[in-house]
Amino acid sequence: MDSKMINVALPKGRLGEKVYKMFEEAGYGCPDIFEGRKLVFESKEAGVRYFWVKPSDVPIYVERGAADIGVAGKDILLEYEPNVYELKDLGIGKCRMVVAAPKGFRDDSEYPLRVATKFVNIAQDYYASVGRDIDIIKLNGSIEIAPILGLSDVIVDLVETGTTLRENNLVVYEEIMDISARLIANKSGYNFKSKAINTLLSRI
Amino acid sequence: MQYDDSVLTRTERRIFALRTLYTRAGYGPYRMRKFEDYDLYSRNKDYLLSDRVITFTDTNGKLKALKPDVTLSIVKNLDDRPDELQKLFYDENVYRVSERTNTFREIMQMGLECIGAAGNQAAAEVIRLAEKSLALVAGDNDYILRISDIDMLTFIIDDMSDSRYVRSELLRLAGEKNLHGIAKVCEDNDVPAEKCRVLTGLLGLYGTPAEVMPELEEICRGTVAEPEVEELKEVLGSLYDYEDGKDMHIVMDFSVIGDTNYYNGMAFEGYIDGLPESVLVGGRYDKLMQRMKKKSRAIGFAVYLDNLGMLGRTAGDEAIESFFSTYRAPEEDE
Repeated sequence: MDSKMINVALPKGRLGEKVYKMFEEAGYGCPDIFEGRKLVFESKEAGVRYFWVKPSDVPIYVERGAADIGVAGKDILLEYEPNVYELKDLGIGKCRMVVAAPKGFRDDSEYPLRVATKFVNIAQDYYASVGRDIDIIKLNGSIEIAPILGLSDVIVDLVETGTTLRENNLVVYEEIMDISARLIANKSGYNFKSKAINTLLSRI
Repeated sequence: MQYDDSVLTRTERRIFALRTLYTRAGYGPYRMRKFEDYDLYSRNKDYLLSDRVITFTDTNGKLKALKPDVTLSIVKNLDDRPDELQKLFYDENVYRVSERTNTFREIMQMGLECIGAAGNQAAAEVIRLAEKSLALVAGDNDYILRISDIDMLTFIIDDMSDSRYVRSELLRLAGEKNLHGIAKVCEDNDVPAEKCRVLTGLLGLYGTPAEVMPELEEICRGTVAEPEVEELKEVLGSLYDYEDGKDMHIVMDFSVIGDTNYYNGMAFEGYIDGLPESVLVGGRYDKLMQRMKKKSRAIGFAVYLDNLGMLGRTAGDEAIESFFSTYRAPEEDE
């Protein structure tokens, strides 16, 4: 049963390319992977197939068994809470989930804090853990301008270097957690390809 | 009139096959009412996967519920005879909130319960029937029954920290096979390294009983989980001669955490190749019996017949194979 191919969902974009390089160096290369606009690639010799999918969709492909394994940021896993195994911290795609606010911001606990974010679940969990009442504002992009326009008091977002925050006059107010890319696996598929998956794990 | 079995649907065939299996093994059918007093579920919320239940007021003013669970009703209604073995099976629909859609769903369940003097012999029999049930419903597909021991896992975790939060985090991470996450929680909460190693060692085990048991003994030696290993060996020993390593369908995997409110002792989950979710869930639930003031011990499982409906039409290897055989990349300037 372990002669089967491993199906891998990779996140499209910079992180996915880094992850692919790791797989390639571990002996799971696929010669023409960056050519053309194909979204699926296979290498029979290496016993692996890759699908490029939207980063936030990786957990869905894995949870539903369309991919046996996949790579997703911890932020996405915390936000969607898929029922999957988290087998390895790949130590790449490192960044921080933070609360950012305009310089000089002071939290007035008399009112609910208005929080703009893409990461509703993470923000709610974090403020519940510190016992702060919030009003959540779900945005899909350009989160940094929410406090500038008075739409929110603070934002909860990912920060890599902090440049975008600085450019928008924001500073890190609180750190929530460190984020990095994780290798995840489907709970059923793992049983039928455990040897192949564990070999892959030991090589990367 | 003779009936022609070609009129049966695939689900009906599966139900008949399982009924035959359970009847031949000496299990009797158990029928129950569609509705249950809501009180049963409000008193035992901890044991339900979700505390949301469909309720309605009966004509006499009593609050009733559509069953979200079969086992609770059986435990409530069955006479407590701890010295006998009561063996029964059921096929019933239950009503639960789906995690995915967040709406109520009707779920078709077929299962069996072994209640009373249900010791290790009974556990072995139930596991054997669980494995046979999987073989029956899997058709030509490969299948695996994963076995774990909830007590072993919870004894080890309870010994790691006094904080309830830390313990529940460790249990959650165990279910994810998240060894790096466990190491981090241990480091952040000053859990002694050797205790952390016992847990990660346990979760790192995966394989047939023949492969896993020697290592398991080694890992658990001198720990709080040591007595559990003996019990596990006894059950597996009466199940089959596992040391010859022939049975490839049973694997030991301690990341099966089941529902620790419900189960204690052995817990198991059945998977079929090509289906992304488990199709069989079961285990020992003596704790639930005690909570319901019964002296009997109990072990059982349920087969989720709805999940089987996806066999042959999931995005599994077959779909991918056929996709690859015809796939052409879009032209660059399309």
